[in-house]
Amino acid sequence: MAEPFDVIVVGGGPGGYVCAIRAAQLGLKTAVIERDRLGGICLNWGCIPTKALLRSSEIWHLMHRLNEFGFSADNFKFDIAKIVDRSRKVSQQLSNGVAFLMKKHKITVIAGEAKLTGKDKLSVSRDGKTEEYAAKNIVLATGARARTFPGMEPDGKLIWTYREAMVPPSFPKSLLIVGSGAIGIEFASFYRTLGAEVTVVEVLDRVLPVEDEEISTMAAKAFVKQGMKIKTSTSVEKLEKGADNVTATLKAKDGKTETLTVDRVILAVGIVGNVENIGLETAGIKTDRTHVVVNEWGETGVAGVWAIGDLVGAPWLAHKAMHEGVIVAERIAGVKGVHPLDTSKVPGCTYCWPQVASVGMTEAKAKASGRKIKVGRFPFIGNGKAIALGDADGMIKTVFDSDTGELLGAHMIGAEVTELIHGYTIARTLEATEAELGSTIFPHPTLSEMLHEAVLDADKKALHI
Amino acid sequence: MTTQILMPALSPTMEEGKLAKWLVKEGDTVKSGDILAEIETDKATMEFEAVDEGRIGKLLVPEGAEGVKVNAPIATLLADGETASPDIASAMQSIKSAVASETPAPAPNPVPQPRAPSPSVAVAPAPAGPAPRDTQRVFASPLARRIAQQKGIDLSALKGTGPRGRVVKADVETAKPGAKPAAAPAARPDQPTVPSIAGIAPLPDARAFFKPDDYEEIPHDSMRKAIARRLTSAKTLIPHFYLTVDCRIDTLMATRARLNETAAKEHGFKLSVNDFVVKACALSLMRVPEVNASWTDTAVLRHKHADVGVAVALDFGLITPIVFHAEEKGLAVISNEVKALAERARSKKLKPSEFEGGSFAISNLGMFGIKDFTAVINPPHAAILAVGAGEKRAIAVGDKVEVATMMTVTMSCDHRVIDGATGARFLQAFKQFIEEPASMLL
Repeated sequence: MAEPFDVIVVGGGPGGYVCAIRAAQLGLKTAVIERDRLGGICLNWGCIPTKALLRSSEIWHLMHRLNEFGFSADNFKFDIAKIVDRSRKVSQQLSNGVAFLMKKHKITVIAGEAKLTGKDKLSVSRDGKTEEYAAKNIVLATGARARTFPGMEPDGKLIWTYREAMVPPSFPKSLLIVGSGAIGIEFASFYRTLGAEVTVVEVLDRVLPVEDEEISTMAAKAFVKQGMKIKTSTSVEKLEKGADNVTATLKAKDGKTETLTVDRVILAVGIVGNVENIGLETAGIKTDRTHVVVNEWGETGVAGVWAIGDLVGAPWLAHKAMHEGVIVAERIAGVKGVHPLDTSKVPGCTYCWPQVASVGMTEAKAKASGRKIKVGRFPFIGNGKAIALGDADGMIKTVFDSDTGELLGAHMIGAEVTELIHGYTIARTLEATEAELGSTIFPHPTLSEMLHEAVLDADKKALHI
Repeated sequence: MTTQILMPALSPTMEEGKLAKWLVKEGDTVKSGDILAEIETDKATMEFEAVDEGRIGKLLVPEGAEGVKVNAPIATLLADGETASPDIASAMQSIKSAVASETPAPAPNPVPQPRAPSPSVAVAPAPAGPAPRDTQRVFASPLARRIAQQKGIDLSALKGTGPRGRVVKADVETAKPGAKPAAAPAARPDQPTVPSIAGIAPLPDARAFFKPDDYEEIPHDSMRKAIARRLTSAKTLIPHFYLTVDCRIDTLMATRARLNETAAKEHGFKLSVNDFVVKACALSLMRVPEVNASWTDTAVLRHKHADVGVAVALDFGLITPIVFHAEEKGLAVISNEVKALAERARSKKLKPSEFEGGSFAISNLGMFGIKDFTAVINPPHAAILAVGAGEKRAIAVGDKVEVATMMTVTMSCDHRVIDGATGARFLQAFKQFIEEPASMLL
């Protein structure tokens, strides 16, 4: 066995590779074990390639509005193979980028499947061969995969998960999307924009159910306007596969059932942690359903074994995993002043059209917390840049504690809001109140001015509405 | 560029001083080493030298100003060819707040100043622009500041857990409200607030160390709160020192026994040793009046009568009723008065006028067999006498060992009022009275 590492990270996704970089920066001898490709789901099968796909659908959307912007063209079409190919290239480029970052930080990359064989050692198997490694610290970052239900197992042909939905061999004419969280809605948006008949089924009473209700309602309206069919408070009873289609039986809350025949089904009903076959039992690591149990520092309770990212639970977001990776690396290195992750400061983004982004408490949660609150709203129609862009639908909403001025939450829907939310995230991290945000100068004309106006509106001081 | 000349710290403990005399005037050219002023501290008058050269712009503090805080600007120094700039006015404004007024604010939090105790510290470069504000900036998030203000929490007393020690919301939310900002109005003398001392973390809640099932919680009643508040202030703010003396009380015991035997019944009294102690203290206070005194910030109050408090233990705390004008009262009167006061104290019937004030106090734990102990001064007193048990001890008399009845007393003294020798003279007098009770008749 080779000389032990200070840190071995199991999984080269965004949580794992960031943890490795930070550990290496802190002078620790570090390795990453990856069974597939560096960058994990995020770079290869998630965040990044979907953004590439959505960029294509956005261009398609604009092409249909050429006239509005003073252009004319006809007979334009898209080639789904080329769209997919571009998104794969984007992934490839970034995965290579991660490989470069590993090299730059002198991180050993070990290809293969890792399995704990103790609290400070693991075996890595690849092509039938097995090697042993030892480490003072092991960080589990094996991520998660799509949740499935019995009777609705994805088959990769007719019933897809995000993985197949990302690389369609041909463009389906009709789609049923089960689940209206970020993943479901992003695919719904992509396929609908490119012209597929899309039906979204959500068991809860609204789409994007974790978002603020007002935003959720606006999103649903926008989707319906685009021609999406949305069935809330509805569940899928069964899926019957035909030769090249699927017939779904849908059951509404009131008991009514209906059938729907579609070309393909995309399952987007949440994810489960990859807890299997990594030797958790051997090392005595506790799990709760499909997640590894950790404390606020990512400690598993077994000395020297840590866990981060999707493997340890919600929110299932790459930036949350990255942040946890940094925390764990710094804890291992004994950095002082490290703080646990505060989920109320983790922004959430959905890159559908229109985009949705939020941080902190929804209005309903803030109210339920017993605080006295004040809410500010500002619509895109009051913003010069939004009108110039031709994207004047949307809204930014702020929720403040009336007594302390704390920004409890912020919620937004509209063009590029995923690029705006960080303004409020910084405010929350710095504990800025409505006073500091209100006295900040925002550049004109930008969409960011709406951040300002939505703060001012909480005190009825908005200027352009 | 205009620089400000700051009030120097002439000793490590100096917090403020008197600008006794200016040795330069406005417009004078000075060079390094020139004597600028004479500064008077509690201990000495020292010369204050310039460390930089230039021309004196404006003398910001008038000659004779007292209570000038260390690091407060006292003058401005102009570079060659420069004239006094208009920001003098704002500098003046900051002086007004820096110079202590007639009614002094509570002592500022003593934050150690990172400066050498050298008498030639002088010209510090002033920041460009407006006069310096608060010298000790507290790093805190806007949200933490607002919550602190609402809850009345002194941010400077908190330890920040945010980036670089910044005080964040969580720190303020876990802090106990009540630690008032330093600028709070002066506390009433009967309700001394316990100052928060920067750099000293508040004591952790004791509950943190125990399981809830392992103790019983007895909520504070108002007496417990008063004891905690007054004694914490007293022990924190009063510089205590202690003097101990052994008294031979064989004569006293004999006298007491005789008096109790012959006169007690017909005159209705039963003298205790403590009654003699009260009387002896009263007479000693008359003989050494420096001890019969109270401290105030501006003067020592020397009392004309010996109002002697006697600590009485209660089931629910303790209280110190007072024998007023004890120097004028005979032993029998004192004895009966103490008994009556103690009785009323135990049945909670004392009037405030019977236990508030006084000029001296006695705490006697002799009945519990305590040999000697020290007591906490109970303001406005300047001293308290802790009285131990009368017990037989082997003592050396000349070259012989004798068995004698001895009683050890320890006086706690407020050093602001009583110096060592003064306290010693008091105990000398006390010893004389107590060892020969007949001398109390003289």
